[in-house]
Amino acid sequence: MAKNIRLGLGALVGMLLLRNLYIILFNLPDEMEQGPVYRIFYYHLPAFFAAILCYITALVASSMYLIKKNLRYDAIAMSATEVGLAFAAVNLITGMIWGRISWGIWWAWDARLTWALICWLVYFGYLMLRQAIDDPTERAKNSAVLSIFAFVSVAITYKAIEWWRTQHPGPVLSIRTGKQLIDPVMENMLYMNFLALATLAVLMVIIRLNQEEMQRQIDGLRRRAHAI
Amino acid sequence: MVFLQIAAKDLRSELRTKESLNASLSFAVVILLLFSFAFDPSSEAVAEFSGGLLWLVFAFAGALILNRSFARELPNDCLEVLIASPVSGAQLFLGKTVASFVLLMTIEVICLPIFGIFYDITWTPQALPLLGIFALGTWGMTILGTLFSALTVNLSLRELMLPMLLYPLMLPALMAAMRLTTILLAGNAIAGNDMVWLRLLIGFDIIFTVLSLALVETILVR
Repeated sequence: MAKNIRLGLGALVGMLLLRNLYIILFNLPDEMEQGPVYRIFYYHLPAFFAAILCYITALVASSMYLIKKNLRYDAIAMSATEVGLAFAAVNLITGMIWGRISWGIWWAWDARLTWALICWLVYFGYLMLRQAIDDPTERAKNSAVLSIFAFVSVAITYKAIEWWRTQHPGPVLSIRTGKQLIDPVMENMLYMNFLALATLAVLMVIIRLNQEEMQRQIDGLRRRAHAI
Repeated sequence: MVFLQIAAKDLRSELRTKESLNASLSFAVVILLLFSFAFDPSSEAVAEFSGGLLWLVFAFAGALILNRSFARELPNDCLEVLIASPVSGAQLFLGKTVASFVLLMTIEVICLPIFGIFYDITWTPQALPLLGIFALGTWGMTILGTLFSALTVNLSLRELMLPMLLYPLMLPALMAAMRLTTILLAGNAIAGNDMVWLRLLIGFDIIFTVLSLALVETILVR
């Protein structure tokens, strides 16, 4: 049953991604000022939101762990953080490619970019901390606390384009600005691709959780084999 | 006020051995020396990044002090005894933070004149506001650093993990402190647009003090 759900979700994500890619490449026109390179935004922005979604999941799961002390929440927090890091990497790399074309440099040290990188490093530190602790409950407890602290940097990254004067484009989505700054067709495409990437993120978290569950079963069997 | 007794205990044992105080002070001076090779120390441009330079030195020296904060209690299982004692986790944590804060402030106050001599910076006109900024920035660093010191105390990679976790997370405070220190070292007062940085620094201190005091009990109790 669980396997079928994963397969179904996988097929759905695959179709969505292919459909979106086709429309982005062949149906949508070039942007007026930037030309074809603007298409990278259809991955840049949704990947950022998918990463934020993962970090929020990690925050909630970590807080739940501290309240309920159930290792299942710890596994969710870890899986969500790993997947979030992957999407944040997509966000950073697509941003760098766009920057190379539009600004002429790979990396501009402005507030949004810097904070996105800090965020990535903080969560990478979270995974490093997990690796350094052997005892499962000790690991779960300490990393949950770190995850809560780490979320502060996500909040700052999200707000960075408003707080500092940056080279990074300001908010464009109508739900955030209240105005229609970009063509509705293009904005809808952003939402569609967000849907695709967010579903992909959910699928990846489920797969990762499954691996974690299996790992625990293997560890249990190994301990039993040792006892015999 | 039990936390003051914990702080006094830490400071007393540190003053008797002076192990982390001496190590981080000499380390700070070595870094000050190293920086002079990275760029021309007599150029005018030094004034523009003097705050950043100084705070990098403090951050490196701070990591040494903070590493010892909880690690000092490891021999003879002192940490277990402290946790088992009727002192609350928050008090224990606050005491350790205050002790590290005092040690780090001492190092900073010694480093400032040395920095002034090496790089030809006149820091005396704004000495008092400068000390205030040092105190705010150092408090942010020690509150977060002591928490991570407790978090990483049992790890074999402790010395590596603490700076790896601490530096990215304390960046808001570090950024603000660097900026404000540069302004003050140039002889100007903090006013107008720069108040944003002061607010950021104070906000950081408050948020992380509250968050740390709320969560430290969970870390200490096994």
